[in-house]
Amino acid sequence: MTSTNHDDEPTTGGARASAGTGDGGRRRGWAVTSEGGQELAARGEVSPLSFLREAGAVLRLSEADVAAMAEQVSADETMIINMGPQHPSTHGVLRLMLELQGEMVLRSKPVIGYLHTGMEKTAEELTYLQGATNVTRMDYASPFFNELVFSLATEALLEVEIPPRATWIRVLLSELNRMSSHFLFLATNGMDLGAVSMMLYGWRERELLLDFYEKVTGLRMNHNFIRPGGVAADLPPGWRDDVLRILDALPPALEDYDILMTGQPIWRERTQGVGVITAEEAMALGATGPILRSTGVPWDLRRSMPYLTYDELEFDVVVGTYGDTFDRYAIRLNEIRESMKIVRQVLDRIPPGDYRVQDKKVTPPPRGRIDQSMEALIHHFKIFTEGFRVPEGEVYVAVESPRGELGCYLVSDGSARPYRLHIRGPSFVNLQTLPHMLRGGLVADAVAIISSVDPIMGEVDR
Amino acid sequence: MTDDTGATEEAAPAAGDGPELLHGAIVTERHGQRVLHVGRDGYAALVAALRADGYDVCLDVTAVDYLTHPGRSGLPAGVAPERFEVVVTLIAFERRDRLRIRVQVPGDDPVVPSLFEIHPGTEAMEREVYDMFGIRFDGHPDLTRILMPEDWEGHPLRKDYPVGRIPVQFKGAPGPR
Repeated sequence: MTSTNHDDEPTTGGARASAGTGDGGRRRGWAVTSEGGQELAARGEVSPLSFLREAGAVLRLSEADVAAMAEQVSADETMIINMGPQHPSTHGVLRLMLELQGEMVLRSKPVIGYLHTGMEKTAEELTYLQGATNVTRMDYASPFFNELVFSLATEALLEVEIPPRATWIRVLLSELNRMSSHFLFLATNGMDLGAVSMMLYGWRERELLLDFYEKVTGLRMNHNFIRPGGVAADLPPGWRDDVLRILDALPPALEDYDILMTGQPIWRERTQGVGVITAEEAMALGATGPILRSTGVPWDLRRSMPYLTYDELEFDVVVGTYGDTFDRYAIRLNEIRESMKIVRQVLDRIPPGDYRVQDKKVTPPPRGRIDQSMEALIHHFKIFTEGFRVPEGEVYVAVESPRGELGCYLVSDGSARPYRLHIRGPSFVNLQTLPHMLRGGLVADAVAIISSVDPIMGEVDR
Repeated sequence: MTDDTGATEEAAPAAGDGPELLHGAIVTERHGQRVLHVGRDGYAALVAALRADGYDVCLDVTAVDYLTHPGRSGLPAGVAPERFEVVVTLIAFERRDRLRIRVQVPGDDPVVPSLFEIHPGTEAMEREVYDMFGIRFDGHPDLTRILMPEDWEGHPLRKDYPVGRIPVQFKGAPGPR
């Protein structure tokens, strides 16, 4: 349970590795990794800079200040415990090491990697058509955004223009996905703070949206629907009625949430003033999305650097004031309302037309022509076996996912597979704010704060 | 250090006016995105200067291993390609502008200065680059593996790191290929 145990037990991998190679291996070669544990070390064994970071100070203090901080409490008054990786409130396999004095958190450190499956390496083995199936599994609560950012990056390298209907379908799906992702947040956030019925309500509303995804894409998650060149298929007949039914069903549910949580004294007591972060800290740590906006910075890529058709749409960027857990909750709740506004505009404005680009380089021929034309059959076969070639180059594209800036850095060497695909996952960067928000709080507040960051571990570890 | 030819002003091409420079780094533009090319030595100073210019958030630090694709285009004259490239994405909120920095890092000495002092948020990203590519960041407070187990050997996203296969056991299957 504690991390201070560095005895030569055969089970502790870190201790074994460092005992075998010593300090020399650290500088010598990359094959030997003897840099030691990733865990939170005991007070006194940790360097001043690391101590400062774990204690949640972004701005620089002098070394003397740090030493004074470290000596205020002696190591035997504190206890280092693991929270996770198997803890229901850590939303997957986040392991958080907390140094506690009684109930108070003095230092903390997220330890991640438990869900690492090498998806960026896998992406180098897949063609651009297959790539969307890989990236969609990263942030599994908002899969459309992953597909979208990958497709936008590929299209930027291909320099193809997407038909308007495909773009509007992408906006529609993005905003519906933002809603379902925020419903998942509201459900788990409520559950973490003891509002157990919220768990059921959140899942209930999310289910409406997932049913719609299933109708459109065939799948509830991991859709592989937004692809380089457009989307996989046109919207099914009757989609407009389905969306209108969802839009009619949600406002009463959101009113219920306001009664159940927003205005409720216990909820406010648990969230207001808990896990405060300032705008300077959030920016220094690279935090984006609701965490940054909760500090009052009105940064939303949909408004600040519009992509797709967001520059033509009317919506508000929701910002907070105090940067606390309540603000982050309220921002997400109200972003659902803004997304509903956007979806209504999409319903009015979505044009008829093609749902994917008619570029022979990228698009397979329609199914009907395959039966008639040998060339079409060969073309279809080539695209699905070899894939299409993407011109050499490198590009970085970002979209505003429910969790912040989701970026895709794509390098092509001119072949049919990405040379390098890097996904800048907002959760991965946002996790760094945890030590800063946890410091000085209670363990019970830690649950609220982790929940308010809304990390999706599939995206953190990739 | 001979292999550390980053962006130097004397490396301007002979024809006409030289390349666009920003704080001494060569600027290229492609797909509507501006890219700065800088050597390892000027890298931290460039990021600090850009921060003073209003590029106040470092969004991303990543790397690319160009081992099997050394003859890449996109590098301006005067920037010698190296095996690794550290790629940094900065953003200016006020100006709504993105900037990308590409730093050439030689394969036999993969060390670059850390940006931790300028942008503390690069801490986890630099650990990830170290973990995946074995590029060390000088001045990083806690350069340990972040995604792989700490006793892991090798750096998986390097191009000479093979894609491993774990044989999947099926009943009656003829064994792994």
